[in-house]
Amino acid sequence: MAMKRRAGAVLALLMTSALVAAGCSGGGDDDKAAPESELYKNPVTLTWWHNASQDGPGKTYWEKVAKDFSTAHPTVKIEIEAIETNQLQRTRLPAALLSNDPPDVFQAWGGGEMREQVEADYLKDITDQVKTEVADIGSAAEIWQVDGKQYGLPYRMGIEGVWYNKDMFAKAGISAPPTTFEELNAAVTKLKATNVIPIALGAGDKWPAAHWWYNFALRACSVDTLKKASTDRNFDDPCFVKAGQDLKTFIDTKPFQNNFIATPGQNDPTSANGLLANGKAAMELMGDWNRGTLDTVATDKAKLGKFLGWFPVPAISGSAGDPKAALGGGDGFACAKQAPAECVEFLKYLVSPEVQKGYAATGTGLPVAKGAADGVTDPALKSILTATSEATYVQLWLDTAYGSTVGSAMNDAIVAIFAGNGTPEKVVSAMKAAASK
Amino acid sequence: MTSTDQTRFPAGGVTAPPAGSRPTGRASSRRAETRRKWYEIVGLTTPALVVYVTFVLVPMGFAFYYSLFRWRGVGPPTEFVGFKNYVLAFQDPIFLDALRNNAIVVFGSLLVQGPLALGVALLLNRRFRGRGAFRLLAFVPYVLAEVTVGIMWKLILTGDGTADELLRALGLGGLVQAWLADLDVVIWTLLFVLTWKYVGFAIILLLAGLSNVPEELTEAAAIDGASWWQTQRHITLPLLGPTIRIWMFLSVIGSLQVFDVVWVTSVPAVRSLGASATMATYMVDNGFFARLWGYGNAVAVILFVISFVAALLFQRFLLRRDIEGAITRRAN
Repeated sequence: MAMKRRAGAVLALLMTSALVAAGCSGGGDDDKAAPESELYKNPVTLTWWHNASQDGPGKTYWEKVAKDFSTAHPTVKIEIEAIETNQLQRTRLPAALLSNDPPDVFQAWGGGEMREQVEADYLKDITDQVKTEVADIGSAAEIWQVDGKQYGLPYRMGIEGVWYNKDMFAKAGISAPPTTFEELNAAVTKLKATNVIPIALGAGDKWPAAHWWYNFALRACSVDTLKKASTDRNFDDPCFVKAGQDLKTFIDTKPFQNNFIATPGQNDPTSANGLLANGKAAMELMGDWNRGTLDTVATDKAKLGKFLGWFPVPAISGSAGDPKAALGGGDGFACAKQAPAECVEFLKYLVSPEVQKGYAATGTGLPVAKGAADGVTDPALKSILTATSEATYVQLWLDTAYGSTVGSAMNDAIVAIFAGNGTPEKVVSAMKAAASK
Repeated sequence: MTSTDQTRFPAGGVTAPPAGSRPTGRASSRRAETRRKWYEIVGLTTPALVVYVTFVLVPMGFAFYYSLFRWRGVGPPTEFVGFKNYVLAFQDPIFLDALRNNAIVVFGSLLVQGPLALGVALLLNRRFRGRGAFRLLAFVPYVLAEVTVGIMWKLILTGDGTADELLRALGLGGLVQAWLADLDVVIWTLLFVLTWKYVGFAIILLLAGLSNVPEELTEAAAIDGASWWQTQRHITLPLLGPTIRIWMFLSVIGSLQVFDVVWVTSVPAVRSLGASATMATYMVDNGFFARLWGYGNAVAVILFVISFVAALLFQRFLLRRDIEGAITRRAN
């Protein structure tokens, strides 16, 4: 057996960078924000880390955006590094931020992680400079706020819902998309009778399974309870246990494919995505980015475009939650504390209607700026836009909202329910234990 | 070790030549020679030492230091918690599962790979047509990158994948399992993949060992009327002892630290339930994905201590005979 030192080496490397950070954190935190008049006077280089690492329209579009900005402002040079999400979020960014030499503009997901970054004084407060943009984006911008101050801006935002196969629904005799869980259960029974998988589930990646629990929590808990849980990490309300119980009841109706615990979520034909895209399953719970990921795994894209529909997560009658509330999340960018003032201008440019329209046209996600909505042509995506504007409250994905530590423990405990060896109570106790870890 | 080696590189440190044993004029040139030898040693080992200290010892020290903090990798560590992270690890049923899985891999590798490799090596040591090709085939899996092997087996073992189809085609459909999803099966599936990957290494080591067995001995045995089995049992095996022990040592250390094949082949959900976690995957899942950097360091230190103790025990009890005189003490 060969020695497997790689993981150790990575950790060691991070330890070394942490050492550097510990040594340097004393000074150098002066805000270099130049007065407005000095903008674009001196040549600056902005380093930009984003997560569109796969070759495709998303990556190409960011290259174009950077080039356009440099053309308009010749003093600004932009150096892009595209890094895969997990690497970026789990290792590269934390290490770069610790080393006191972070990129100027980088991917920010908001929620609990951003709160921690703000507490460590890593991010630039951009509240005063981006008032117009925040007003245009609306309530979605709140996810990139900490204690009422703006630290980042989203460029993509959408809510989660059920993607479904209209043809299969018609064949099973389901006339309208379910609006309550009773109707959903009835639809599952009818679909089973036509020998298709009612719901595809990528539990292998954990989060696609966890999102079912999030939605049950959203239905079981009042908006106030949810808001309080995000800020105080307080999960004492019995509604969090109720979410697990409702989930258990739902799993017991066997709506998912066999072996869902090993099925990946997306990006491969054997994934839950592939089951829906290639006509093997009738439904899948997934976010707005699913339109693009379904396309990549579909063998017949034209057929997919014809049968694909979308409806919001059904309501649970008689529960405390707001039936019009939705779960959602997005992608945004933030500026490092020591980044030059041009960084904020670039952020503003990224969410300008012009750039947002082009982004919508890439089909990689839903834009946030109001003027960009007409760039969206796909009918399924249009129904998401409508549902988003009709949502009374958008709760950020719970694992992002509570931060990685609680989020990860929560997801693991939810997966245990799916595997048949967890309990609703254990989810809550795991979340509480992680909060103190 | 020959006696000339011992005088050239005294193991217990450089000692002055016995006084009066040589004419004084030559004693000073002897001292100069000793000094020159020291310069040589220092000059040649310094680069390696610097690298070793910077990238192995110092990070290890830091890992231990950080393991004493409640630290999520944001800002410098400030919340000192003593050994709480270590206590938490041993209280976590998933970590205990990971320990159990490592134990399964350690003993499974020894018990399955050892006899298997020995058998194959003995066969491949006989003369027959195409021996070179067979040797190459046995070694191919070991040369493949871990990630390649992991992805390959993941595709083969996925539900209704090649493995299932093959079993059904052979009329063994009843044996089909959820190889990577069944919580009771997955660790044995992984043990199979690891065996497939690493048995070639054991075979090559043993073949090298076999080539060192002097032919005169087997010839003498043959003349004395020993059967092939008797020759292997009483001549080859004892002479293979040092090679087998070194392989066992490498196998145990590798099994304790096993990461990449498990990480790539196993499903994240199944791993987080403990069914396919090893100490190393548990460390990455918790250290990076749950952002418990202090805790992840504690797990790293536990992994190190376990591997270190295993290495020391090996040196003390099993490898003592093989390395005697080389690093332990001077042979008389």
